[in-house]
Amino acid sequence: MTASSVPAVPPATSRRATPWALAGKILGLLVLGLGGVWMLLPLIWMLSASLMPLSEVIKVPPVWFAPNKYSVGNFMEVWFDVGFWRFALNSSFIALTITACQLLTSTMAGFAFARYEFPGRTVIFIVILSTLMIPFQVIMIPLFIMMARLGLVNTYGGLIIPALVTPFGIFLMRQFMLGVPKSLLEAGRIDGASEVYIYARIMLPLSKPAIAALTIFTFLAAWDDFLWPLIIINSKERWTLPIAMSRFTEQYIAQTHLQMAGAAVMFLPVLIVFLLMQRNFIEGVAMTGLKG
Amino acid sequence: MAWSVSKLRRREILWAYAFLGPAFFFLLVLIVFPILFAFWISLHDWSLIPRDFPWIGLENYAEAFRDALTRKSLGNTLYYTVGVVPVGMALALALAMILNQDRLPLRTSLRTVYFIPVITSWVAVSFVWIWMFEPRWGLVNAFLGWFNLTGPKWLASPDWALPAIMIVAIWKGLGFSMVIFLAGLQGIPRELYEAAKIDGANRWNGFRHITFPLLNPTIVFITVTGVIGSLQVFTPAVIMTTTQGEAGGPINSTRVMVYHIYATAFRYNNLGYGAALAFILFALILAITLVQLRLTQREFEYG
Repeated sequence: MTASSVPAVPPATSRRATPWALAGKILGLLVLGLGGVWMLLPLIWMLSASLMPLSEVIKVPPVWFAPNKYSVGNFMEVWFDVGFWRFALNSSFIALTITACQLLTSTMAGFAFARYEFPGRTVIFIVILSTLMIPFQVIMIPLFIMMARLGLVNTYGGLIIPALVTPFGIFLMRQFMLGVPKSLLEAGRIDGASEVYIYARIMLPLSKPAIAALTIFTFLAAWDDFLWPLIIINSKERWTLPIAMSRFTEQYIAQTHLQMAGAAVMFLPVLIVFLLMQRNFIEGVAMTGLKG
Repeated sequence: MAWSVSKLRRREILWAYAFLGPAFFFLLVLIVFPILFAFWISLHDWSLIPRDFPWIGLENYAEAFRDALTRKSLGNTLYYTVGVVPVGMALALALAMILNQDRLPLRTSLRTVYFIPVITSWVAVSFVWIWMFEPRWGLVNAFLGWFNLTGPKWLASPDWALPAIMIVAIWKGLGFSMVIFLAGLQGIPRELYEAAKIDGANRWNGFRHITFPLLNPTIVFITVTGVIGSLQVFTPAVIMTTTQGEAGGPINSTRVMVYHIYATAFRYNNLGYGAALAFILFALILAITLVQLRLTQREFEYG
């Protein structure tokens, strides 16, 4: 994208040839490389320590790698004895459900704005925009009271229902779908396709980049959410991973090796998905930045 | 004819409402109604235990201004925001500009490396950084030791606990801002720099008169979202400085507003006061956002 947009420049003004530019590039790479090491260091250490016994973890000076003492014992203990298999299952179920629901409500609403003229279009959009600004902390207390009234405290429903819809998702999908040429949708109408068909078979495939971005944001936010589960969940069999991490350490005080194994359980699945589809991740972030 | 057109039109309106319905219904029930309800709660002495909740008017708001703990929490939150947002932004912009050079080798891999902390879970990395900041065997003080510096006790120190959390937040947010800056920088036509160069402008002039003004929308976006996010900081402050089940750090030095709201409502069972505190945080977020948009827009006009 950048390389192709450079027009023919007279050689005298091209800075690529000068030794200064080369030195600048080397220096730049050095800074970025060293910085990059610092960025990854905590995570590398986390993975290393998750395989070490506690005695190695608390040595002074710090032990970086101890390949001959590595074992998956910490993972076994966290996964089976502490019960992380259950919490990972809870977290996955909840994050996937929330993501699916938000994608459905957001794309449907975005489609309505992009395709139709209807009474109240502007007013409804203004209402959505104003809810975009409301911090979750303001509504968490009434939401808790509402969930308690419905008998949903300490249930999966209580965890999921407040996250069924997000103004951010509606906004993102609306902005993206407004950019889809109307002629592409009209073609479907002439063929006699139903509105549902136009939504599902024409609009959704055309909105893939926005859908990918929203999927990533929603899933990560739900996977990482700590405040709402802390409020609504109390029994152990419904803990999500973040709650499990904070609660099990109350019993396993200063068991850093187990904490690191737990942290790795939270981190590794996300890392793998990220590495597989990092272009979508990074373009999604760039896209929301440019649109906002 | 006119009748059939209006029938078609009516069908279209019905479809519009059908598609919009679920989202708008849940928005009303899960956001619009709760915010009105929250305000109602904040005017009462409300608790989790079913009893009569007496109307006390604005007493909860008045209490917030008298309460020393609220002042402390607000101060900590502002300190955190003022530290994290500008430093994170300056670092991210510098990295993005280095990364934006033409034909820089390893560009994509480096971008990936800086982005990895963004996708990590706050809870997970908070535990990693607890160890990093451990005074005796942690990495941060070991590193300072190489330069014969004695590091502070970090999370156990009233002066350093909050800065430690700020360092983590900068580390975690850097890649996100960097990617957005990179997208912004790539939107600036190279010809502008070449033209400026022919006119005898140096690198600094190029930055001051081309990069900075043209990047303004990106800078506004990063500052506004950064400030909103920072004012709502919760997870690292709770995870990294909880001792004996009570968060807030040494002498409440890491007690931030969201934890204060959470604790007031759900630990001390004072939902009315908690709701009032949440509205105060909301007002603060709104006020700062509006001031920022005003200021940055004006600068853009002159720049």
